[in-house]
Amino acid sequence: MFDDLRDLYQEVILDHGRKPRNFRRLENADRSARGDNPMCGDRMGLFLKLTPDGHIADAAFQGRGCAISMASASLMTETVKGKTAAEAEELGTRFRGLAMTGTCPDCGTGLADEMERLQPLSGVHEYPSRVKCATLAWHTLNAALEGTPGEERMASSE
Amino acid sequence: MDGPILSAGFDVARIRQDFPILSQTVRGKPLVFLDSGASAQKPRQMIEAMVRCMETAYANVHRGAYHLSEQATEAYEAARAAVARFLNAADPREIIFTGSSTMAINLVAHSYGRGVLRPGQAVVVSEMEHHANLVPWQMLRDDTGIELRFCRVTDAGELDLEDLAAKLADGKVGLVAVTHMSNVLGTVTPAQRITAMAHAAGAKVLLDGSQAAVHRQVDVQAIGADFYAFTGHKLYGPTGIGVLWARLEHQERMPPFMGGGDMISLVTQERSEWAPPPAKFEAGTPPIIEAVGLHAAIDYVTAIGMPALEAHERQLVDHAMRRLSDIEGLTLLGRAQDRGGVFAFALDNAHPHDLSTLLDRAGIAVRAGRHCAEPLHARFGLEAGTCRASFGLYTTEQEVDYLADALTKAREFFT
Repeated sequence: MFDDLRDLYQEVILDHGRKPRNFRRLENADRSARGDNPMCGDRMGLFLKLTPDGHIADAAFQGRGCAISMASASLMTETVKGKTAAEAEELGTRFRGLAMTGTCPDCGTGLADEMERLQPLSGVHEYPSRVKCATLAWHTLNAALEGTPGEERMASSE
Repeated sequence: MDGPILSAGFDVARIRQDFPILSQTVRGKPLVFLDSGASAQKPRQMIEAMVRCMETAYANVHRGAYHLSEQATEAYEAARAAVARFLNAADPREIIFTGSSTMAINLVAHSYGRGVLRPGQAVVVSEMEHHANLVPWQMLRDDTGIELRFCRVTDAGELDLEDLAAKLADGKVGLVAVTHMSNVLGTVTPAQRITAMAHAAGAKVLLDGSQAAVHRQVDVQAIGADFYAFTGHKLYGPTGIGVLWARLEHQERMPPFMGGGDMISLVTQERSEWAPPPAKFEAGTPPIIEAVGLHAAIDYVTAIGMPALEAHERQLVDHAMRRLSDIEGLTLLGRAQDRGGVFAFALDNAHPHDLSTLLDRAGIAVRAGRHCAEPLHARFGLEAGTCRASFGLYTTEQEVDYLADALTKAREFFT
């Protein structure tokens, strides 16, 4: 009945959805943000530790939501660790394109391995009502990076 | 799916032929539309009535002294009379056309809430209200200092009448505004008893009948309430039209909600005088074509007969209770004694949004989320929401079976 849904719910998504990585609160985070999807009730808090030269030393999140949103946040925290803020934002831009269109024209140039890791979520583009589930974490990341220490920024994927 | 089962005196197969949209396929599968509680599908008879109005008898109402306008006015007022009969109202003037149930309730919150209720008084809502019958009262509270009280809902999903009595006890309650049927739990509330309790405590009663008017024969005189709201689009009619039934004595005391044309009897630069009820509450060009559509929808359901419709639904509800209760890992929200065809549920291993995406693949349309009833989901500890299957008069037992089978397979999928 649901075989064709394996494109959307690949094993890696189900796995990250059930057991999200970096699912914790970071004490003394340098940046944090809250992401809300008011339509469906998905909600997450994102925490970043930064190095003095602006690299993301650690990324973690807490929250609740569907398998897609949890898996996306989990994969994102794994992917952005060690990246500069500018690289993380570039990944976010490419990922939103991937989620909306299923393709990533720029993915051959730089950050290719990182985008490869996010590829399992590309199936979401066939489900317009679910794209926001996949992009919430990345909107939240942008909000966190734009913030200042001690400030909790708000993001919404509406 | 094969041919629908025929309930006694109720030919679902024939009824389904009246709804053009139901013959669609979704992703190659027959459409199983189980979201009528959000908005119902439309019968051909209703669609044609609206088209006929626009093609042959359309003009603005209450204005032109010419043939077409007189025809349109007659059709619009005939719709009002049809709604009055549908609710067994004593007088068609008790029927106010609005844009939706939401607008009808906002009308009462603004006009009765700010014009008649006084600071120091309280409004009682329940924990199972749709946001449409909650947020307007929160706004009233924040604007005026009128207190807002919440009547509890029992674990079975019924209104806790002992708690209602407690909330009414100090005599400060000016209005009890509760649902006549929960859009999440399916619970049909004891409207007559609630009204008797409220009146004994000196409070008026507004019933949100958005769901109930579709599933039950409503008799506002027997219930004895003061205000009753429902909407056209859930009753197989068009969007853009809602109804507020309000006793004339209340309409007389209430200031207008919106100002504009048609709601005045005299306007000078200095002041205006209000038209008599219900025109006082129908500012501007009303939903004329929609009123004609609602009239046709009411004719459609009354021709089938509300008792036949209720009997069909009772069978479906019993069947759904049996089938859904058998599914491992499925939590059903609400087990009220008196309930209509609305079932909210959660699977233990799937988020409602993932589940609804799966069901969509099987051609099944259900709603996922909190169904505009966030406090109720919090009350039952289901902040992530639920999926909701809601039935219409075209729903079949086979569709319920198909849903139950799909839920069992969905649980396997996520295991």
